[in-house]
Amino acid sequence: MKVGVIVFPGSNCDRDMFHVLTDVFNLKAQYFWHEKGLPKDLDAIVLPGGFSYGDRLRAGVIAAHSPVIKDVKKMAEKGTPVLGVCNGFQVLVESGLLPGVLLKNNSLNFMCQWTNLIVENNTTPFTNKLKLHQKIPIPIANGEGRYYVDESTLKQLKKKNQIVFRYEETVNGSLDKIAGVCNEDGNVVGMMPHPERATEPEINPIDHKPSSLIFESLIQKIGVKN
Amino acid sequence: MAEYIVHVIIENKPGISDPEGDTILNDLILKGSFSNVTKVRSAQMLKFTIKAKDKNTAKSQVQKICDDLRIYNPMVSKISLNIES
Repeated sequence: MKVGVIVFPGSNCDRDMFHVLTDVFNLKAQYFWHEKGLPKDLDAIVLPGGFSYGDRLRAGVIAAHSPVIKDVKKMAEKGTPVLGVCNGFQVLVESGLLPGVLLKNNSLNFMCQWTNLIVENNTTPFTNKLKLHQKIPIPIANGEGRYYVDESTLKQLKKKNQIVFRYEETVNGSLDKIAGVCNEDGNVVGMMPHPERATEPEINPIDHKPSSLIFESLIQKIGVKN
Repeated sequence: MAEYIVHVIIENKPGISDPEGDTILNDLILKGSFSNVTKVRSAQMLKFTIKAKDKNTAKSQVQKICDDLRIYNPMVSKISLNIES
């Protein structure tokens, strides 16, 4: 069982993600540089946070045209679990794998703080071990995190249960307090907060267990530990 | 073929909030006693220098580039194109 961690020029949470996957959850992980394709035997793909291409033009938009994204799309269509965190979420949105867009925060500030998420869909590969409406204390760190979709898409998201996480309180002006969404099939999930910064008691002063369940959900979905 | 400079202005659609424009209006312009200003919208401008046989071709090619490569996000933004004279 192997998880691919995609690295773009400007990714900066790739090593944190790799550490959590391997050292905390004993998964086998491998980095994949954005210029290359992906092997077919990957069991899951993670797009980590950072500032791919320095957020030039718009966060995530240039990375969304990378060669590796073609393979991510192919594997996503086949049902491989894909998680995008922060900039990874922005890349998934800009590549069309997830609906919506992430705009500048209402405050115009880069926001780096602890928030509480509420689980709204616990049927995805990354939330199946969480309880519906469970609270997850987790940090955000972004400048462009204000989720937006048009009215008709929002209706579709609600109808098809594609809203995965909401903020407990209004944080950055995100529409309907949306913090994470999935595709129609549920295997591609994007979220602005950083679960890889919240799964260890040493760095999570509140409660590291709920964020850990995001990774344990993946383990439950894709099989045994290595 | 001649070379043309095409300006692409990317701005949020009317219904989408623009906190940058709002801040410039409320915290700079109105505080500076220019009370006759009613609205400020921020935008991003890109200048394309492109070889084409005429102005219209230059403009339509830049439009295609913007559409194909999602230079702007059609869900929230619109673009306007002008040829630099």
